[in-house]
Amino acid sequence: MARYALDVNGQTRSIDVHDPQEPLLYVLRNDLRLTGAKYGCGLGQCGACTVIIDGEAVRSCLTPISAAKGKITTIEGLGTPQKPHAVQAAFIEEQAAQCGYCTNGMVMTTAAFLDKTKAPSSGQVRDALAANVCRCGAHDRIVKAALRAASAK
Amino acid sequence: MNLSLNRRSFLSGSGALVVAYAMNGSASAQNLPGAPPKSRGVNAKQVDSYFVIKADGGVMLYSGKVDLGTGHRIALPQIVADELGIPIERIAMIEGDTHLTPDQGSTSGSNGMMRGGVQTRQAAATARAALIKLGAQKLGLPEAELDTAEGEVRPKKGGAGVTFAALLADSQFNLELDPKAPRRKPSEYKYVGKHVRRPDMPGKATGSHVWMHDFAVEGMLHGRSVYPPRPGAKLASVDEASIADIPGVKVVRIKDYLGVVAEREWHAEKAARQLKAQWEGGGIVTTSAEAQTYLRSSGPRDKDEVAEKKGDFDKAWPETAKKLTADFYWPMQSHASLGPSCAIADVRDGEATIWTASQGTHKFAEAFEGILQLPKGKVRQIYLDGAGCYGMNGHDDAAIDAAILSRAVGKPVRVQWSRADELAWDPKGPPQTLTIEAGLDKEGKISTWRAHMWVPRLTPKLPNVPLVSPQLAGLPQMQGISTGSISIGAIPTYDIPNMEAVLHYVKDTPVRTSPLRAPGKLANLMAVETMMDELALAAGKDPLAFRLDYLKDPRSIDVLKKTAELHGWQARVEPRRDGKGRGVAFTHYKGNETYVGMAMDVEVDRASGAIRVTRVSCAHDCGQIISPDSVKSQIEGCIIQGVSRAMFEETRFDRERITAVDWSSYQVITFPDVPALNIALIDRPDQRPVGAGEAAIAPVAAALANAVFDATGVRLRSAPFTPQRVRAAMVETGTRAG
Repeated sequence: MARYALDVNGQTRSIDVHDPQEPLLYVLRNDLRLTGAKYGCGLGQCGACTVIIDGEAVRSCLTPISAAKGKITTIEGLGTPQKPHAVQAAFIEEQAAQCGYCTNGMVMTTAAFLDKTKAPSSGQVRDALAANVCRCGAHDRIVKAALRAASAK
Repeated sequence: MNLSLNRRSFLSGSGALVVAYAMNGSASAQNLPGAPPKSRGVNAKQVDSYFVIKADGGVMLYSGKVDLGTGHRIALPQIVADELGIPIERIAMIEGDTHLTPDQGSTSGSNGMMRGGVQTRQAAATARAALIKLGAQKLGLPEAELDTAEGEVRPKKGGAGVTFAALLADSQFNLELDPKAPRRKPSEYKYVGKHVRRPDMPGKATGSHVWMHDFAVEGMLHGRSVYPPRPGAKLASVDEASIADIPGVKVVRIKDYLGVVAEREWHAEKAARQLKAQWEGGGIVTTSAEAQTYLRSSGPRDKDEVAEKKGDFDKAWPETAKKLTADFYWPMQSHASLGPSCAIADVRDGEATIWTASQGTHKFAEAFEGILQLPKGKVRQIYLDGAGCYGMNGHDDAAIDAAILSRAVGKPVRVQWSRADELAWDPKGPPQTLTIEAGLDKEGKISTWRAHMWVPRLTPKLPNVPLVSPQLAGLPQMQGISTGSISIGAIPTYDIPNMEAVLHYVKDTPVRTSPLRAPGKLANLMAVETMMDELALAAGKDPLAFRLDYLKDPRSIDVLKKTAELHGWQARVEPRRDGKGRGVAFTHYKGNETYVGMAMDVEVDRASGAIRVTRVSCAHDCGQIISPDSVKSQIEGCIIQGVSRAMFEETRFDRERITAVDWSSYQVITFPDVPALNIALIDRPDQRPVGAGEAAIAPVAAALANAVFDATGVRLRSAPFTPQRVRAAMVETGTRAG
């Protein structure tokens, strides 16, 4: 058992974890009850578990707790229903989800992408989201939401 | 209208998810109802099963149908708000709880509005009539002079009214649904047919929405099932020492069922991967590569049956001047939910509470009573949102796994399937093969049409898709085959004099099946609508104009003409064969539901065989539209998922196991392949609402294959339309050098 100090959404949280290989995703969801990041594949293939660490979109299902260093932002830290982040507000405005299970990954990947890319084209947005899977077919709305957020910034 | 509805949800003491609405994000406490009762009447014939008029002026709405990402959660309150005459933000809603919500049947087959919405509307109309009657007594005015609005019964000509709450707060209507209760006219609607935002989006975009996967109960353990390496394998031995290094894990073995539970989720998952076990026997009767041959020949055939018949095909066929025959194949596919199935069960003291993303909580509560041998009424299933399921995925399997494990350890257990569990073990859309024989008479008119379909015989009176773990654990459940109605739609709704659909029964499916969105229809429409294109070419007609020649129903004609207009259809007979193509397809879904016209542009790279769908247009008539943006969203999803299923998806398997078990071996569409969409909704406020959840997926593969023919002169008759398949077809037809 080892103790890890995580910097999550601007707070330092200490958690005791037995296995240093335990993915950050499980610690966020079960220990910190930050359930916005979702388990989708555990393989880094779908993006549902995406969080932002030091400005980069990261797959928390492939991030061992022992390697989870830096400033971690989860979707809960990005904004709230009352005070949504520009990307979240754009997803709400475009009604850019069906089941919404992929939404965490779409929002977090888009947020990290837009921090680096101002005024992207539709093609750039699609490329940025190419490794995020949506099964319901909300892609068109998600791209529109990302472009709306980009223009709102 | 663009009401800014925000969602507030909270979990009541029992764990039922209550969704309420509030204007401008500021939910005021008075709009939120108190915690719901522990149980109430769920008879779908009783008005009281649908709603309670609350003392605070709100309405608690109970829905047996659930929101699977479809927009049901906004559409149903739109209906009730209008029919009752109450602002939508005063309605809170509970979905799919067997002890609280009416038993309205499963949420499947696009029936949420078509049946559930219509039924709830009638309950609301009955309630409104009753409120007006009570109001008449209170106000001393004749019923005919009263109406409802803003949660009050009011004189039509103006003046003081009386609130619903004052008439009936927290007490019962004690009325059966009255099929004759007067309904509001569409011209009176404030919400129906207008865009009202979904209440769940703010929570979904900010991480506060509670999915099944996010729910937790006090003292629960985490469980995983360890499924056999081959379907049907027997468990010979388990080596518990193989997981001795993982703390706090308990192995549960019941006959051939193997599972683990642990306090920590990661430990349960690690143990499930690491646990060594010996399995004997088992396997699959064929392989994905040989499935078509298996279905057509090696499958022990039951007997043939003529499913549908019009005119006399056998008599007319010899006189048919121009005869065409083609064989088609559709592979086995997965529901491939983005979130692998998850459930929590608490089975103790002779009763069970199951939190589940099931599409049919009432049905599966009954099934679980049988499997767990519990008395009637002792299983409560409570719906929480899962990832989109598009038919029946693994949710009910995860739920029974949790129940089996919970009963074994005497504590609540949460089971989370892995990605591989979901893609390997979710019940599949079955492989399909069919042959169409059709022909033109001497005048170039279609005279004959016969479809042969090789399909499994569906088990009569099978109450539900059999679940995996009860079978392994030797627990009682009825066995049998369920696929949904995959044999509908192989003869078209076009006006053709001699048609028949012939079923050839195969004895079994390679693996367990269940309905997958628009069961069978992608394959059947691919066959029907590509054959229509072949006939058009043989008759020397433009494919779109040719179809119109065989349609009489004005709504069919409207939808196809609208499609042509949307897409900018230009008539042509011969294919372009220059790598760019355009295709069209049409369906009157199930012959009596939604009308869909679809046109599609593709580009085909002749060297690689890769197809790119660039633009899709769809005209859609599902009768009265309740929630236009939800309908549009469903159509978008149908098109994109349909392109995915037509171009990428196949559950490959060998004689041992399913081998497509992750997003690399089971590919689905990603952003770069998503086409531009152009959708037109045709609203028919005077018609009954029919389904929007699946009709628009049915013609996708057909329109795509027709567009590829236009681009290349090559007919694709087997899905998925992979580059290899396109290349092979081009070589075969001599349009590309080998």
